[in-house]
Amino acid sequence: MVKKRIIPCLDIKDGRTVKGVNFIGIRDAGDPIALAKKYVAEGADELVFLDITATVEKRKTLIGLVEKISEEINIPFTVGGGINSIEDVSLIIKAGADKVSINSAAVKRPQLISEIAREFGNQSVVVAIDTKYETNDWFVYVNGGKVPTQLKSVEWAKKAEELGAGELLLTSMNNDGTKNGFAIDITNLVSISVNIPVIASGGAGSKEHFKNVFLQTKASGGLAASIFHFGEIPIPELKKYLKNQNIPIR
Amino acid sequence: MIAIIKYNAGNVKSVENAVRRLGFDCIVTDDKEKIKAAKSVIFPGVGEASSAMEYLKRYELDDLIKSLKQPVLGICLGQQLMCNYSEEGNTNCMAIFDSIVKKFPPLDLVPHMGWNNLIKTKGELFTGVNADDNVYFVHSYYAEIIADTSAVCDYILPFAAAMQKNNFYATQFHPEKSASVGEIILKNFLNL
Repeated sequence: MVKKRIIPCLDIKDGRTVKGVNFIGIRDAGDPIALAKKYVAEGADELVFLDITATVEKRKTLIGLVEKISEEINIPFTVGGGINSIEDVSLIIKAGADKVSINSAAVKRPQLISEIAREFGNQSVVVAIDTKYETNDWFVYVNGGKVPTQLKSVEWAKKAEELGAGELLLTSMNNDGTKNGFAIDITNLVSISVNIPVIASGGAGSKEHFKNVFLQTKASGGLAASIFHFGEIPIPELKKYLKNQNIPIR
Repeated sequence: MIAIIKYNAGNVKSVENAVRRLGFDCIVTDDKEKIKAAKSVIFPGVGEASSAMEYLKRYELDDLIKSLKQPVLGICLGQQLMCNYSEEGNTNCMAIFDSIVKKFPPLDLVPHMGWNNLIKTKGELFTGVNADDNVYFVHSYYAEIIADTSAVCDYILPFAAAMQKNNFYATQFHPEKSASVGEIILKNFLNL
């Protein structure tokens, strides 16, 4: 049976790991390579690196970092943040990343999803969706959660799948940083609307939150950052707990 | 020296890094003489079957691979291209393994992405690997089980997670991305 994935996310700024709370207010959480290796040793199933600086000059730093990560770790990893073109993707994949995550650029020009899928395969394209509940629906936000769009999240998820996305990374902005749990409703809606893996993100604060998202939605993985970085939930303990709840875990 | 075959399917970097981490020297090359002279050969691959096969044919790498006498390991698309035929792009492949590659029926998420356990492992590639050990898969097409299947995985249906025939080895999963279990498998191959 395919296992539910536990995915630490490392937000990278100027080569260091940081974590924003509600996308603002940034704390330093350390050296990304050291953290990545620690997570691999602890049994993380996959890693996501999100470059939140993404200025032109810092992109070079990112490529160097991706190369080092690829040299040091033996599990799959995704790189995202500020990816705008097939050239960006090509550099990151050639540096050793398994997948790229695209967000704003895909909303602006959905064909980019198909272009990456054609060049590097569907499995290499993760479409990241930052979603926020407003009045009566979940809408897509871009530019690191700063800019709202008219796109409804479920519709956008289906479109992304149709264009060739291999996976969706769904972050609820309402939940992100709250530690009150994943957004079960939208994660459920999106995960039953598509036939590709959906990774739930935003709001994990306890082991129960992972249990809930795996039992109450079709999410294939749960992603979190600060609770892992600051040692609040050790990965081995989380995985042991989920196994005891009869959730398929590596 | 280990040769990793360079062609138009990605993921070569990860394989190269994994081999080096295990302490083996390797080159990524499409030079036929270097490939022939290598102690063993890895044929990796993430990509699309018909364009990969077309490329191999254009550079006559398909005939070369088939003629190799040292241990050869096909990974992921590499395994699929070693079969008779793939539904992906309606592609005639290298026919090292007498198996057909088909698209997963959409009865569960496709691609099959993530960690899954092996069942019924056999052969020297799996020495030190337990039946319940998990390895990392990413694929939308699978090879049908044949007599030369050396490991089975069950996702939507049972399929060939690994195959072996004479000096040819193949895995659908990515040993280079399968943490410590993957390292055991890769090391078993490199030590052949």
